[in-house]
Amino acid sequence: MTAGEPRTLFDKVWSDHIVVEETPETPAILYIDLHLIHEVTTPQAFTILRDAGLPVRRPDLTLGTMDHSTPTTPVRTFKDLEIVGEGAARQVMQMQENCREFGLELFAFDSPHRGIVHVIGPELGATQPGKTIVCGDSHTSTHGAFGALAFGIGTTEVGHVLATQCLLQRKPKTLSIDISGSLGPGVTAKDLILAIIARIGVDGGTGHVIEYRGKAIAGMAMDARMTVCNMSIEAGARAGMIAPDDVTFDYLNGRPRAPKGQDWEAAVTRWRALCSDSGARFDKTVSVRGEDLQPMITFGTNPGMAVPINAPVPEINGNASLRKALDYMAIIPGKPLTGTRIDIVFVGSCTNARLSDLQQAANILRGRKVAPGTRMLIVPGSQQVKKDAEALGLHDVFIAAGAEWRESGCSMCLGMNGDTVPRGQLSLSTSNRNFEGRQGSGARTVLASPLTAAASAVRGCITDPREFL
Amino acid sequence: MDPLTKIESRTVVLDVDDVDTDQIIPARFLTTTSRDGLGEHLFRDWRYREDGSRRDDFVLNSPAARDCSILVAGRNFGCGSSREHAPWALLDYGIRAVISSEIADIFRSNSLKNGLLPIVIDKAPHDWLLQNPGVQVGIDVAASCVTLPGGETAAYSIDAFARYCLVRGLDQLGFLQKHAEAITDYEENRQWTP
Ligand code: SF4
Repeated sequence: MTAGEPRTLFDKVWSDHIVVEETPETPAILYIDLHLIHEVTTPQAFTILRDAGLPVRRPDLTLGTMDHSTPTTPVRTFKDLEIVGEGAARQVMQMQENCREFGLELFAFDSPHRGIVHVIGPELGATQPGKTIVCGDSHTSTHGAFGALAFGIGTTEVGHVLATQCLLQRKPKTLSIDISGSLGPGVTAKDLILAIIARIGVDGGTGHVIEYRGKAIAGMAMDARMTVCNMSIEAGARAGMIAPDDVTFDYLNGRPRAPKGQDWEAAVTRWRALCSDSGARFDKTVSVRGEDLQPMITFGTNPGMAVPINAPVPEINGNASLRKALDYMAIIPGKPLTGTRIDIVFVGSCTNARLSDLQQAANILRGRKVAPGTRMLIVPGSQQVKKDAEALGLHDVFIAAGAEWRESGCSMCLGMNGDTVPRGQLSLSTSNRNFEGRQGSGARTVLASPLTAAASAVRGCITDPREFL
Repeated sequence: MDPLTKIESRTVVLDVDDVDTDQIIPARFLTTTSRDGLGEHLFRDWRYREDGSRRDDFVLNSPAARDCSILVAGRNFGCGSSREHAPWALLDYGIRAVISSEIADIFRSNSLKNGLLPIVIDKAPHDWLLQNPGVQVGIDVAASCVTLPGGETAAYSIDAFARYCLVRGLDQLGFLQKHAEAITDYEENRQWTP
């Protein structure tokens, strides 16, 4: 690349972190500014270190939490907490031991900072524009909402980062997704990203880093931007990014790990340069009209199988994947899903369990009841979100409506902690994956926004949230 | 890691698109703290019924599949989560290579670090392999080439460095460690500190 050539946001963050350039024979060595770790994808990585007698190179750039296999049942003190399953208990214990042995900061059960790894990074202000951020978790793409280059890695790579603070990477391609206009009433960031995945497919972003741009993105608060970037991986892209702006800086200002005083001023000056230059070239581009979007719902067994909530589920027409998916889901083609009875509503996960998500759900639930025969779980994304929600009295709204108000964690997003959807039951979930059995063996999942979740909980069946606005 | 130079095997065919890592290894088996023994749970919910009985109609349960080390799968194999337990489970079961017309990024990267060969070939030979299960296929890792039964070959592309490591059984961490000095230089000379 010649000097002065317009560069993308991704190019800028990428080149800023090159320790050794890539060649045809060898990948680039990329420096990592923040390494988030959790209990499920790290035990074998610590074994790599131990076997090789290696220390963690930068404990100060490593941050641990426990979220996946931890219980979310309400407890008075964390001493009463009972971890479901021997394996999960062993994993949680090992996480604590590993962090102690290697000198790493860990937000354990009693920490007010504990929560889902992709909720706490931003909340603490550890997630910042221009950083490279990795975690042994595919939804690390969430942090890209701040203009960071953030992506999920495997356990062997977790070992590489622990040992060297670096990763071997080939430079990915870039995909620009421009969203014009603004979203209509009842249409949220979740609906936008589901519509994008339905359009470009669950492999539409494979090999690419997405940059979300345009007026609709500029008009979004950070929580919503995180929801969009979170599901980049559901389109096959390891990372999604949004250029930082005043919304980003206002969110970060004053957070515990954000720069302070003069450092803050210097950081903001540096961050303002983090945008795609006009004329920067992307390998692919997609345009979406924000005002055309509707609340979305999935009908199949991957997040690309989604339709506007009042639109009919597509006919099979000889499509074997669709037949297999609809058979599993026990959903009839050719008819809309609205009115379909649901057993469980789950509001939670790193996609939709931040404060504004809970506020949206509470706005519909206030003064109403969850329908008889429907169970509703509300699991905040972090202990901080829980505290903030309680300060606003949202928990009273949820409890009065008959919903369950929980401790933070991944919970029913992947059902590792004992919170599972029973076989055959239909769950409407604000999480990110509707894969077969994702929420429990034989569980059937439809994905939607917190607004759709709350509206559907009140009616006991899949409901267009605009009926409540 | 053992060097991986050649694979000769009949194929087992899973003609399903978008196979996600939750199918390859369901989340409830991720509470393990080791890499071993996951083969038993590979495709658990497709291989077994709720009561634990085997589904004999599932391809990986057929007697012919037992000794196959090449899995031919539908498009976009390995999408979803970053769990490295997916390649660990496939390897533990005995699979050494996955052939598809598209393989998800993180799964591909994880596979290469464990000696599981992710092979992306053109649609035509991929379609042919999907339609002809159980054929004998040869893979020459150094030449990045799949040999089909009639002697026809299909080339695939693979990152040169990953191939170099596979063929020699090298661990990529060693390469990173050799650059310790460059890493320190970077840390000392960067414009800002995280
Ligand atoms: S909430 Fe779900 S998607 Fe997010 S980190 Fe936890 S398990 Fe993964």
